[in-house]
Amino acid sequence: MTALKVQNLAKTFATKKTLFRRSQGGVRAVCPVSFSVESGETLGVVGESGCGKSTLARMLVGLLEPSEGTIEINGKALDNADPAEFGKLIQYVFQDPNSSLNPRKNIRQIMESPLKRLHKMPRAERDARIREIFDSVNLREEFLERYPHEFSGGQAQRIGIARALAADPQIIILDEPVSALDVSVQAQVLNLLARLKAEFGLTYLFITHDLAVVEAVSDRIMVLYFGSVVEVGKAEKIFASPRHPYTKLLADSAPVVGRPLTAPEQKGTELPDPLNPPPGCAFAGRCPRATEHCRTIEPVLQSMGEDQFAACHHPIEAREG
Amino acid sequence: MMAFLKLLFRNRLAAMGAVVLSIIVLLVLLTPFLPLHDPDVTATADRFKRPFTDGHLLGTDHLGRDLLSRLLWGTRLSLAVGFAAAVIAAFIGSAIGITAGYFGGRIDNIFMRGVDMLMAFPYILLALAIVAALGPGLMNALIAVAAVNIPFFARNIRGITVGLAGREFIDAARLAGMGHTRIIVTELLPNVLPVIIIAMSTTVGWMILETAGLSFLGLGSQPPQADLGSMLGEARSALISHPHTSIVPGIMIFLIVMSINLLGDGVRDALDPRLRSGALSRPLPTTLVSRKQPVPDATDDLLAIQQLETQFHVGKRIYKAVGGVSLAVRPGECLGIIGESGSGKSVTALSVMGLVASPPGVITGGAVRFQGEDLVGASYETLRRKRGDRVAYIFQDPLSTLHPLYKIGDQLAEAIRSHHKLSRADARSRAIQLLKDVRIPNAESRVDDFPHEMSGGMRQRVGIAMALANDPDVIIADEPTTALDVTVQAQILSLLDDLRRDRGLAIIFITHDFGVVAQLCDRMAVMYAGRIVEEGPTDSVLRHPLHPYSKRLIECVPELGQGRRKLAAIPGLPPVVDDLPPGCAFAPRCPKAQSTCREGDVGLDRAGRRAVRCLYPEETLEVAAS
Repeated sequence: MTALKVQNLAKTFATKKTLFRRSQGGVRAVCPVSFSVESGETLGVVGESGCGKSTLARMLVGLLEPSEGTIEINGKALDNADPAEFGKLIQYVFQDPNSSLNPRKNIRQIMESPLKRLHKMPRAERDARIREIFDSVNLREEFLERYPHEFSGGQAQRIGIARALAADPQIIILDEPVSALDVSVQAQVLNLLARLKAEFGLTYLFITHDLAVVEAVSDRIMVLYFGSVVEVGKAEKIFASPRHPYTKLLADSAPVVGRPLTAPEQKGTELPDPLNPPPGCAFAGRCPRATEHCRTIEPVLQSMGEDQFAACHHPIEAREG
Repeated sequence: MMAFLKLLFRNRLAAMGAVVLSIIVLLVLLTPFLPLHDPDVTATADRFKRPFTDGHLLGTDHLGRDLLSRLLWGTRLSLAVGFAAAVIAAFIGSAIGITAGYFGGRIDNIFMRGVDMLMAFPYILLALAIVAALGPGLMNALIAVAAVNIPFFARNIRGITVGLAGREFIDAARLAGMGHTRIIVTELLPNVLPVIIIAMSTTVGWMILETAGLSFLGLGSQPPQADLGSMLGEARSALISHPHTSIVPGIMIFLIVMSINLLGDGVRDALDPRLRSGALSRPLPTTLVSRKQPVPDATDDLLAIQQLETQFHVGKRIYKAVGGVSLAVRPGECLGIIGESGSGKSVTALSVMGLVASPPGVITGGAVRFQGEDLVGASYETLRRKRGDRVAYIFQDPLSTLHPLYKIGDQLAEAIRSHHKLSRADARSRAIQLLKDVRIPNAESRVDDFPHEMSGGMRQRVGIAMALANDPDVIIADEPTTALDVTVQAQILSLLDDLRRDRGLAIIFITHDFGVVAQLCDRMAVMYAGRIVEEGPTDSVLRHPLHPYSKRLIECVPELGQGRRKLAAIPGLPPVVDDLPPGCAFAPRCPKAQSTCREGDVGLDRAGRRAVRCLYPEETLEVAAS
């Protein structure tokens, strides 16, 4: 069953109006993207800073109103951007665990609000539910009376996950949930997320810039570049045999033990200017395979065989095996 | 709360203000119960009696009314009006500020432009206009004073709210189903409240003065009712002949306003988190040194850190951030230091050039030798000459290390000219050459860019160019690529690698990423809780880690190309360095720990190029070293 279906979702931020000039055009943060996530699946979303992954995530939970496109959850369209409406179906785990907890509220107050507001649960039931959730994320009950600044990053992130779980959603958007954590703690949180998913039958959208992490946790991976999806495919294949040159560049750039240091890209390249996007493929300026065709016509996502899709006029040939 | 009061009363002036103010408030509260004359009964026979005449402690005024009684009743009224005006102004102003800051956009624009208009009038003119429209009277004076002070609160609170409204916990509250009103009241307000209180405590005095001013002009309290302003106004005509009638209320106004302002400043200092964390105490130019043990002897390494101990002394607590670290680099060598946050790797790096902030940092032992010369305890001038010239740093976030208001070319030129006598033109051409060295395209035009005009990767190249500016012998790079994207990171790493091969630079590279260490560094050291737990050639350590911590840390990190899997995790948390367990710091998290691990200090055993601090290493040291 399809848990989340997104069609032509796009976001354009209006540029600031000045006193004498009307705003002209805007910044394309997310070009129309379409994808779907199956129930129980983890879809990894990777991309570098400025590629629109956080904007996409915020639209999916209703924190930002999309400029165009539709979001369907379990076949039901969500057309008004009311976070409370989204909250029961889809929840969000933030990157910075400390800034996502109100410093002036204790953990019980933080945990209670989704139960009170979204599910109208009476007090006794709330206490039981919080106890149950805390148990499943390995947090002790006495933490409930404490305040956020008393917790380490790993504990605070587990509280953030517990809060998302309290809303009893089907889908959780994880926006860089471990990038602020130390490596030894990162593995604890990733394993916890995997266990919770099995326990509660959750569907994850896992956003990160860390290729190794996304490969370790995802079923499928979607690669974003400059607001568009450039490649989608199975986690175990996409970095091993990338079809889009950008995916290959990412995979080659990741530092791996035992691989000699080479700069996969010699030129001092920068991302294209979002205020003045180039025509055609946004990656053409950095791409060794680019031709005149790429600089004029924007490629669309096409099947590259076996669940792999890439938006490229000159895809890299599939590797054998 | 107790901590707040303690902090407040450590400020002598604030304590004095508090004492004076509480005496006045107590007197004023007791006024109805004191055996005083009626303040409004006139007795023209007794007019202008001097102070300390019997029956009238402070004398009488021009109508023979008892001054003490009028003073206390008047103060009571003035304080009440001033305080009420402050509360009203704070309430309305904060409501406007929070609403404008939270919603932003058009609402913000309309509200704040309205406030700007209110501010455009001189306040006394505005107050006069309001009173003129409403008619004289104490109540109307109160309204005028409150209205005049609304903009101050609105602007202050809006600024704070805009910062808070972008924080993630507000988004989280929306996802938890809260409406706008509830978010403002339960999420924003508790965070803004301290600022409102600070703003109030610093303006109450001002508002009492303004009310007194209006009363003085006859627009506030009406005769025969006494308040401090009208008392002054009535006494004006007798200022020369009978000065005591104006001196008495004058001193009272002075005492009230002074004590409130002193107390208000104290409250602000005690509540403001920036001031509380000691931002006002400027750090010394070099780290404090207090070494008890003898200084280790010189070696022939280029840069040698010897038994370095750096601590942070915060109140009664002592954080042993670095607990006896020894490291050395030779020319052309790259040494990686790996560790989690709080392992002391950055403090070790900053200690080299005495850059740890003091207070609270203190170097309590060991030495740092650059070409044999001990830098710990060296004079500021010696250190200043070496900083950036012989030993240079590259930091994690180039946006916060480059000055936002100067062109990058000027900043590079300054870095060169502070160490070498060079003409402006020569420094500029050297800056362009440096930008070319770090492979910035169009160096001639980009030299005039400001930091914000460059991408993160380009800025970090400028950071590297600045480190290279004086051809240093050692570069200390503290997580220089952590904030960068992977494709940019790969470029920066290969640049650093080329530079050290071409120029024979020694690099100390601090990171938490094994992949980066493996690709760049010849040797590596693993740090845990302020000490080195393992050291050796990179390949050897990564392939045969000896310390259980290194082994488990390597297993924790997912590596590209292994597909979906369960990760190995280390249970528990790293220890806090103000309360280290005896023996091995890793023992509480170590599956192999024995009771002997928790007793006595565990030494760093060395064999060949490998070293490990463990009683039960994963492999024997001698086997791994061979």
